[in-house]
Amino acid sequence: MEMKKVNAGALGLLGSIMLLGVLCFALYATFASVHYRWNWQSLWEYRMQFLHGWLTTLIISGGAMFVSIILGFALMLGCRSILQPVRFFCTGTVEIVRGSPLLVQLLIGYYVIATAVGVSDPTLVGTLLLGLFEAAYLAEIFRGAVESIGRSQWEASKAVGFDKAQTYRFVIIPQAVRRALPGTTGELVSLIKSSSLLSVIGIEELVQKVRVMNSASYTALEGYLPLAIAYLVVTLPLSWTARRLEQKFTYET
Amino acid sequence: MKLEAHQLIKRYGSFVALDGASFRTGDQARVVALLGPSGGGKSTLLRVLGGLLLPDSGQVKVDDVPLPIDEMGALRALRGNGFVFQGYNLFPHLSALENITLPLLAVHRWSPHDAKRRAVELLARLGLADHANKRPAELSGGQQQRAAIARALAPKPSLLLLDEPTSALDPVMTGEVLDVIRELAESGQQIVLATHEISFARKVADWIVFLSHGQVDVSCTANEFFQKTQSMKARDYLQGLCRYR
Repeated sequence: MEMKKVNAGALGLLGSIMLLGVLCFALYATFASVHYRWNWQSLWEYRMQFLHGWLTTLIISGGAMFVSIILGFALMLGCRSILQPVRFFCTGTVEIVRGSPLLVQLLIGYYVIATAVGVSDPTLVGTLLLGLFEAAYLAEIFRGAVESIGRSQWEASKAVGFDKAQTYRFVIIPQAVRRALPGTTGELVSLIKSSSLLSVIGIEELVQKVRVMNSASYTALEGYLPLAIAYLVVTLPLSWTARRLEQKFTYET
Repeated sequence: MKLEAHQLIKRYGSFVALDGASFRTGDQARVVALLGPSGGGKSTLLRVLGGLLLPDSGQVKVDDVPLPIDEMGALRALRGNGFVFQGYNLFPHLSALENITLPLLAVHRWSPHDAKRRAVELLARLGLADHANKRPAELSGGQQQRAAIARALAPKPSLLLLDEPTSALDPVMTGEVLDVIRELAESGQQIVLATHEISFARKVADWIVFLSHGQVDVSCTANEFFQKTQSMKARDYLQGLCRYR
């Protein structure tokens, strides 16, 4: 039994590696068939620029994730408020932010609103705007998760004497987290990639750096492969961690 | 205890669950059974009596003290009661033990040590000593319902309200749960029980409230109800239930 399990695991791993190998070969063959001439040398000189861009992307994404989770949670609560004005305001915010292009929000947010209130640091403003944008999506994911918890759990919470805050804290959120995880992970991965748009307000994040590198070193596509890998280095562990968390929170039948 | 309801009305949209329900038990009622056909308002009345649900109008008095009709007051009042539901409604992310200790800690401000001791004692008493650290999904229906009863009993409620506690269980598990409830009744626990288990109600209840269409049709001692009720509805109901038993 145990032996069979090990064998199945090893076979699965071997199969995955072979598939990956086939994919890499196909990619290589595709580039070869269009006679692409690689020029890695000139690109190598700009490696520090690349690293700098990567770090910028990481910092902004990390900050925006933090903002989006906190703000998304607050918006979710607002959308469920018993006070009608609060509910309208939060639902309206979600709809407007979710329904309009991030590009427009960044341009207006930075050049008009941030200038008007006297904030000029593009990294700060960009992080906040990106966080707000993703918060609108997260709010709906959180709301779906919270509303999927049945009425009977609310009633049972009240029956044991919990007030509203205690019900959220002890009963609803612990169960909702599990249900919100897959959607939230997808949204956070998407956030990391959306951070490339921040170049429009003058932030030199990873994609922008690669564009600059490519034009400076007269290469066309060389920068983009490391670019994809640099993103995957962050997004894959994120997805993996989320999977692990999901397993940890499995308790229902 | 003396339970009293005056002109209770509760609507859900256009559905009227309680349509002017009024009754008054004797001064020394200990186990009150709410009987009647499904949809007659038993569950709603039980929730209103326990303070879990606020009626649209009307009043409940327990031992001549009116129940508060504001949210916070009702919450404070219901903290003195214990509730058990048809669907168990345990918290699925917590173990049986945590299901019992959490309300003791968070609501009743017990010390962790006392809460744990109380939970272990109750689980043992209800035959769940070996299942303390299992999650609800790992327990059978009967075990879940007994854990739910333990949770309701933990803070030593003055009144235990049970809403069709065996309706989701098979006959064997029904027996397990009814045994527990009978023991509680015999040990002096004050109980309000909504049920279709007529022979059980006959055995443990000392006061019967018979509801149909949101109104109280009969309110009398159990003896009177089972011996010589005049209500046609109640007779039809009893005969219907006893046909195959």
